Amino acid sequence: MNFLGIYYYWVFAILLMVGFYAVIAKLNLIKKLIGLSLFQAAVFLLYITVGKVEGGTAPIFASAAGERLFSNPLPQVLILTAIVVGISTTALGLGIIVRIKEEYGTIEEQEIQEIDRQ
Amino acid sequence: MTALQAHLPALQVVVPMLSAPLAMLLREHRLSWALATAASLCAFAIAISLTLSVIDTGGMRYLMGSWPAPFGIELGVDAMSALLLLIVTGASSLALIAGASSLDREIEVERQPLFYAAWLLALAGLCGILVTADAFNIFVFMEISALASYVLVAGGPDRRALPAVFKYLVMGTIGATFYLIGVGLIYLMTGTLNLDDIVYRIGEVAEVKPILIAAGFISVGLALKAAIFPLHVWLPNAYTFAPHVVTVFLAACSTKVALYVLLRFNFVVFKPYLEDHDLKFAIFLLPLSLLAILVGSAVAMFESNLKRMLAWSSVAQIGYITLGASLVSVAGLTASLLHIFNHALAKSALFLALACLAISVSKLRIENIGGIAKRMPWTMAAFLLAGLSLIGVPGTAGFVSKWYLITATFDSGPLGILLVAVIVVSSLMAVVYIWRVVECAYFRETDEAQSAREAPLMLLLPTWAAVLLNFYFGLFPGVPLELSSSAATLLLGQTP
Amino acid sequence: MSASDSIWLALLLPLLGAVGILLAGRIGPNLRESVTLVTAGALAWNVWGLIPALMAGERPEFTLLQVVPGIEIAFKIEPLGMLFAALASGLWIVNSIYSIGYMRGNNEKNQTRFYIFFALSLAATMGIAFASNLFTLFLFYEALTLSTYPLVAHKGDRDTVNSARVYLGILLTTSIGLLLPAIIWTYLAAGGGEFTAGGILEGKVEGPALGLLLGMFVFGIGKAAVMPVHRWLPAAMVAPTPVSALLHAVAVVKAGVFSVTKIIIYIFGVEHLFSTPSSAWLLYAAAFTIVVASLVALRQQNLKRLLAYSTVAQLSYVVLAAAVLKPLAEIGASIHIVAHAFGKITLFFAAGAIYVASKKTELSQLAGIGRRMPWTMTAFTIGALSMIGVPPTGGFVSKWYILAGAFESDNYVAIFTIIASTVLNAAYFLPIIFAAWFGKEAMDGGKEHGEAPWPAVLALTFTAALTILFFLFNGPVIELERQLLGAVS
Repeated sequence: MNFLGIYYYWVFAILLMVGFYAVIAKLNLIKKLIGLSLFQAAVFLLYITVGKVEGGTAPIFASAAGERLFSNPLPQVLILTAIVVGISTTALGLGIIVRIKEEYGTIEEQEIQEIDRQ
Repeated sequence: MTALQAHLPALQVVVPMLSAPLAMLLREHRLSWALATAASLCAFAIAISLTLSVIDTGGMRYLMGSWPAPFGIELGVDAMSALLLLIVTGASSLALIAGASSLDREIEVERQPLFYAAWLLALAGLCGILVTADAFNIFVFMEISALASYVLVAGGPDRRALPAVFKYLVMGTIGATFYLIGVGLIYLMTGTLNLDDIVYRIGEVAEVKPILIAAGFISVGLALKAAIFPLHVWLPNAYTFAPHVVTVFLAACSTKVALYVLLRFNFVVFKPYLEDHDLKFAIFLLPLSLLAILVGSAVAMFESNLKRMLAWSSVAQIGYITLGASLVSVAGLTASLLHIFNHALAKSALFLALACLAISVSKLRIENIGGIAKRMPWTMAAFLLAGLSLIGVPGTAGFVSKWYLITATFDSGPLGILLVAVIVVSSLMAVVYIWRVVECAYFRETDEAQSAREAPLMLLLPTWAAVLLNFYFGLFPGVPLELSSSAATLLLGQTP
Repeated sequence: MSASDSIWLALLLPLLGAVGILLAGRIGPNLRESVTLVTAGALAWNVWGLIPALMAGERPEFTLLQVVPGIEIAFKIEPLGMLFAALASGLWIVNSIYSIGYMRGNNEKNQTRFYIFFALSLAATMGIAFASNLFTLFLFYEALTLSTYPLVAHKGDRDTVNSARVYLGILLTTSIGLLLPAIIWTYLAAGGGEFTAGGILEGKVEGPALGLLLGMFVFGIGKAAVMPVHRWLPAAMVAPTPVSALLHAVAVVKAGVFSVTKIIIYIFGVEHLFSTPSSAWLLYAAAFTIVVASLVALRQQNLKRLLAYSTVAQLSYVVLAAAVLKPLAEIGASIHIVAHAFGKITLFFAAGAIYVASKKTELSQLAGIGRRMPWTMTAFTIGALSMIGVPPTGGFVSKWYILAGAFESDNYVAIFTIIASTVLNAAYFLPIIFAAWFGKEAMDGGKEHGEAPWPAVLALTFTAALTILFFLFNGPVIELERQLLGAVS
């Protein structure tokens, strides 16, 4: 099997794992959130690659005549929505981190836990 | 069917969603509360009307913008979604009514319009998941409701709500993204997102491995959202530090809706086409359910923060629901769906009672409520009666679903005895943790309780409404039972 | 008014009474106690009014509602349940009179709560007595447990609450852990749980499984206090004496043995059980409980604890009689429920009266008390004789029937057990009676006292009289229970 021929799936898988690792392993809340964004971005790429048709262009028909090869637009539309969701999540996450910083004076998870334990 | 009635599935989402910006624009907090409550009650009325027509006709379809099915977005309401719609809109209405007097203590008046807007968005998202018949739509609605509920939870006055909500956000997003990966793989193989169409096309797919992987991603992602043990870690803190009425709303709805999607995907989409799917599903869920039941109840027994205790009890109760589902039988699924309904009743009543208590007690810990029953007799009586339903004493709603669950497990052969033993043991654990509270409230004396006074009427009314519903559906379980058994036959693809 | 109206009225009256007591409690104690007495009288009148119809062979039925298909809350009157209901409703009147004397004499707190839950527990008892299927029985069984909990925990101090926790813990654990699974098993195996003459399990559950199911029922009904699930009974002794009387004579333990008997007769079927060897263990379990509980009673120093263990033993008489599985013994079982009720309520009333008048609770303090409280001690003596089974007391009648049943089947285990326990009963009761009448009163700090308040004395005299009258005029009861015999054979 040609592993390199499907390299875009590898990009998806590696990005996904990098993001996931950051979410789990990093204790700094900002870094966690960066990991989460990477994680989501990987999935966006998966969708986009699925819709790509080799040699295809944007599905715009200049005239009714003539067949044209075009990429599947649906995944792109979907991912547009998903990107909006992702941005909202990141924004909300950052907002919460700001509030945490105000209340606790730190954004390190361990320090927050120690403060809570007191 | 009148013109309006045909549009009800869409209105179910549209009404709360459009009320949300309005609630924000109304600067006066009383007005936006009234608007939110009215919208929620309106959604509840729509849900009732949808349920009635589902009982009559068996289901409803609705084409958004009249585009034909696989191309446009389709909405569909059947017995299962009707059951869940009733829970979601009903719990939201009760909680909002209770919120009138409870929320002022927890959220500043000027921020309340924003809060109610988030509430309505969460409601719209949850309703959206339930009425849509499109896999991607489910994702979008799931994230709308999730983002809104993060905001709701973060509204809690305790600063510990913030780390709790961050954890909730991270885990919720991972769950949703997993779900998205699964849906992407399915789209890759079938080229469609309409649930019915997927079911139809999936049979034509030659290579099942990606579908299997999709099943894995979707199940794990939704298990995260549904707080199935051991993916429940976000739940106890999020419930504990959220404003009290938010806890009522979330405990009754959010995990249940994720379970709904989980069941729908596994039984409608994957079951007919994946080899040994029943077995794999059972092996995945059954041990986790048992652990959830035992661990959740055991932790609840030793927890002295009342809200956290009930949150752990929720972990256990979700275990009951998945236990019923993992039996993969009509009886098991009926029990499972019925328990979704009945547990929502019992838990919202209990959390509402805690909201009443919180009016007079600064910290909802077991040592702070000694002897409070004398001062707040109605509140504690409500807690006691709702607790009986949670335990499953006959005559209450909790008993009906436990009866069905035990009946279903008996049918499942020699393993059934073990399952019955687990259910029985955890019911006894429920006796212990409910009774600790009752005993303390009725027979101890503390100073703080002496200055307590009974909660305002606006809080007691919804609390007692929930309590009485527990008894009503314990004695006349007709409607939820009919809905869950027809949903179960629908899921398993058998004609009733 | 038709007979089936009387059924729901029997359930409704105590509930109405509870509401009435709540309202009247705000006005004054006299009105509150009047409401209690009026309710008790009305209930008894209502329940006793059913007897003629039953004797004429009617079996009134009443279905309250169907929870789900196959599971309904329904009631049906049959001789055994009628006897239990008549007994409980009748003794409620006596107990209420006594309670007034006791609670006022002791200046107990929260008296309104006390009377309310008393009424509620009577409603639950009526439900148990008239239940026509296992589900209904279970429903009211649990209701009885929960409604008696506040009574047991009445005092509210740490010791009392702990004991009440034991009470609730054992009863709920056994009922949810064993009784409920047993009931569900029955529903699944037999397709229903209707109490039917001759039983419903024949051909459905056979062999060793039947013995197991019987075990789940007998130990699941913790109120019957077959060892080792008897511990709640001594623990519940912390309750005020009228509650102990309620527990021991009127409602709770009687509900236990009543349920066991009813299940043996109407669910298992006497003949089906008799022909299945795996069910024979019940006889030995009951015999063991009788002998051991009597031995434990022999070693008690506290009067109420002694009576508690005596109750454990006497309850197993009923279970033993039911387990003999002969019609005469089944009659004996049902009569013993009555006879023991009269005797034991007298004993508890007497113990309570002694406590109210003199604050004495230990056996060693009772020497010579007969001279100060002649009425009370006479009643106590009659009650004790009935426990032993000496004529002319009610205890003799039921023992006679149980023995007759045992002889009928040449059941020497049962015969031996009854004889042995009679000896043991005599061994722990006679010394008390002897010391009370002929002993010399200890003079160390005892206060001067006479009899207890008059309502208490009136009540215990009345029950003592009943104990003797039951020996002389037991005809109607036996006639009623012969109908049970008709159902059995």
